[in-house]
Amino acid sequence: METAQQEVLTVKEPAPGIELTGSAALLEGLLIEGVDTIFGYPGGAIMPIYDALYDYMDKLKHILVRHEQGGIHAGQGYARSSGKVGVVFATSGPGATNLVTGLADAQIDSTPLVCITGQVFAHLLGTDAFQEIDVINVTSPVTKWNYQITDATEIPEVLAKAFYIARSGRPGPVLIDITKNAQLQKFNFEGYTPCRHIRSYRPKPIVRKEYVEQAAELINEAKKPFVLWGQGVILGSAEKEFKAFIEKSGIPSAWTILGAGAVPTGHPLNVGMLGMHGNYGPNVLTNECDVLIAIGMRFDDRVTGRLDKYAKQAKVIHLDIDPAEIDKNVQTTVPVWGDCKETLPLLTDLVQEKQHTEWLAKFRDFEKQEIDAVIREELFPSSEEMTMGEVIQTLNELTNGEAIIVSDVGQHQMVACRYAKLNHSRSNITSGGLGTMGFALPAAIGAKFGSPERTVVAIIGDGGIQMTIQELGTIMQSGIDIKIIVLNNQFLGMVRQWQELFNDRRYSFVDITSPDFVKVAEGYGIHGKSIAKREYLEDTLKTMLDHEGSYFLEIMVTKENNVFPMVPQGCSVSEIRLK
Amino acid sequence: MSTENTPVKQEYNVTVYTENQIGLLSRIAIIFTRRKINIDSLNTSPSEIDSIHRFNIVINETEDVVRKVTRQIEKQVEVLKVYYNTNEDVIWQEMALYKVPTDTIAEKALVERLLRENGARAVVIRKDYTVFETTGHREETDNLIKALQPYGLIEFVRSARIAIIKDSEGFNCKLREFERSEPGQDVIENEFLNSRGKVFSM
Repeated sequence: METAQQEVLTVKEPAPGIELTGSAALLEGLLIEGVDTIFGYPGGAIMPIYDALYDYMDKLKHILVRHEQGGIHAGQGYARSSGKVGVVFATSGPGATNLVTGLADAQIDSTPLVCITGQVFAHLLGTDAFQEIDVINVTSPVTKWNYQITDATEIPEVLAKAFYIARSGRPGPVLIDITKNAQLQKFNFEGYTPCRHIRSYRPKPIVRKEYVEQAAELINEAKKPFVLWGQGVILGSAEKEFKAFIEKSGIPSAWTILGAGAVPTGHPLNVGMLGMHGNYGPNVLTNECDVLIAIGMRFDDRVTGRLDKYAKQAKVIHLDIDPAEIDKNVQTTVPVWGDCKETLPLLTDLVQEKQHTEWLAKFRDFEKQEIDAVIREELFPSSEEMTMGEVIQTLNELTNGEAIIVSDVGQHQMVACRYAKLNHSRSNITSGGLGTMGFALPAAIGAKFGSPERTVVAIIGDGGIQMTIQELGTIMQSGIDIKIIVLNNQFLGMVRQWQELFNDRRYSFVDITSPDFVKVAEGYGIHGKSIAKREYLEDTLKTMLDHEGSYFLEIMVTKENNVFPMVPQGCSVSEIRLK
Repeated sequence: MSTENTPVKQEYNVTVYTENQIGLLSRIAIIFTRRKINIDSLNTSPSEIDSIHRFNIVINETEDVVRKVTRQIEKQVEVLKVYYNTNEDVIWQEMALYKVPTDTIAEKALVERLLRENGARAVVIRKDYTVFETTGHREETDNLIKALQPYGLIEFVRSARIAIIKDSEGFNCKLREFERSEPGQDVIENEFLNSRGKVFSM
């Protein structure tokens, strides 16, 4: 897939045969790849690179994070908001192991990253040297590709491969481990050529016209077709193509949480969210549609519920760039593999212009039921205490769907994803596949660096914020402007909800205390406020959004609220519960 | 393939063509271990093409699992192509070495006959022991262990399996396709996907 970044690439070759250290060659390469921001943390084994960085301060912005996990989540936020490759530096040993959670998160959510780790001198490899770990083997399961460099001459080629692999095809994280001697080694740098082809690597399968034709035939015959879209539409920059497809075919479309925003919330064919805490209609009607068209999504278990009762009545068309996803979880009738930016226009050409008015009305009927049973009370509660939903609703009114919403993991994440109004693609940043608590604060920092012109609002629970709260220090030092909302229900809410529903309310270690967040924020020089009453909600949110610089807002919400609807584990999507 | 979608476990020979890269063995191995699949046999060797390596992996699994696993292997950046075959689709061999006390062989004509019957060949003959080698299928090498056990078998070792795909024309043509920046249609896909179960379109 061509990213914006790739298009602006120009091969600026320094005078051939210039002598550079490995470290300087690395930074030259980053510049040619169009990198402007690096998130990192120095340490012994990466010192030569940091020393070289000293001379590149005017060209490469380096954001000093407070923990490597924060660094990589920031890299992810940057990549997700900008569509460019996130770049992260860390030292060997603990620096590298602290990246693992973020790598796993980026791998499962297909986020393009290039991580550079320092490594002990090559002659010390395998000697249990200070801060030595086997980074390559530790990170193999959680990277799309990784490579250890022990000789500086390899740096330009390997870095070029790394960027190509990270951003092409189904994107993913790549890690390069560079031994200290290679960073220091001087060599004859003959320029940097971006990589365009690796013979053993096929980023995207060639589109098969016959499958596109078969898919179009199925769609044209369908009475109750249903589109499920995922992040693939966003990663492929195919939002326009996707919109054209659903608008011509008139097919109701629902999204996975990582697909949110590819089509604006208010679009008449956008029928809502899929999955465990998704909307009522999309879940129930999955088991009623006759043709299911999955686009850039991977049938995660949180989306499908019980597989043997999932859309068994439907013919399944699966558009995906990764052939390994075809038939992985759901048996496909027609596999349309390829980049959806290419396959969607072909499909749009072949499908008939239609309006599935009656079928669409069914979704709206279910929506009405859901509003009556769940949504109205969540967004406009009659209770005295505030709900998470009403915070999101009030925020929607103030931002009008223009902000980037970065959510953490848990109840507030489901509420934010369900109710946030999104007018633009790349506006919903959350840890989908891995469910990494602590993701949101650093990811929001990265998202702001990736899209400085946009408002970034982080929505975080009282549990998740305490996992990476040290990144307030990064905000303080970098002076970045993000709005942090902590929805505090004084519980690890999602686990508590499960314990209430499935473990007889045996609340085992979900009661979590929090520090005085306002004081903590103020300690970091960030304006903080805590509110517990509805009457202050709108004004405070307004103040927060208008505030110049970062703002930390704690909102006390109902302690024991549950997120509904819910597909209980082991149940079919049509067994979704409204209460 | 006739076994399509039947949940019967059987031996599959997975053939992987790869670049020669440090760390790739581990990347391939973890695809199996992550799914708690035991690798029964693993052999790495050069292929007919200089610089291209070939893995032969034997697992005992259902075809559905094998197909998913092979797709995950093919996703690895340094992997060019993966095939999987049942035992019927390949010519396969394993080699075994047996160390036996020389005196028992010299004394007992029975042992000599046994070795001859099993196609064993003496590799080293010393005063104290003799090393025999056999090559064949698992049952054949297994049979000889049982037979030699009563005669003081000192040491036994068996190699990984190597297998040649009956229906393959080799990798030369395919490799040339891979080297082009826009490879042709016939190499780009998993053949498994194209024929949806009819694995070999080669």
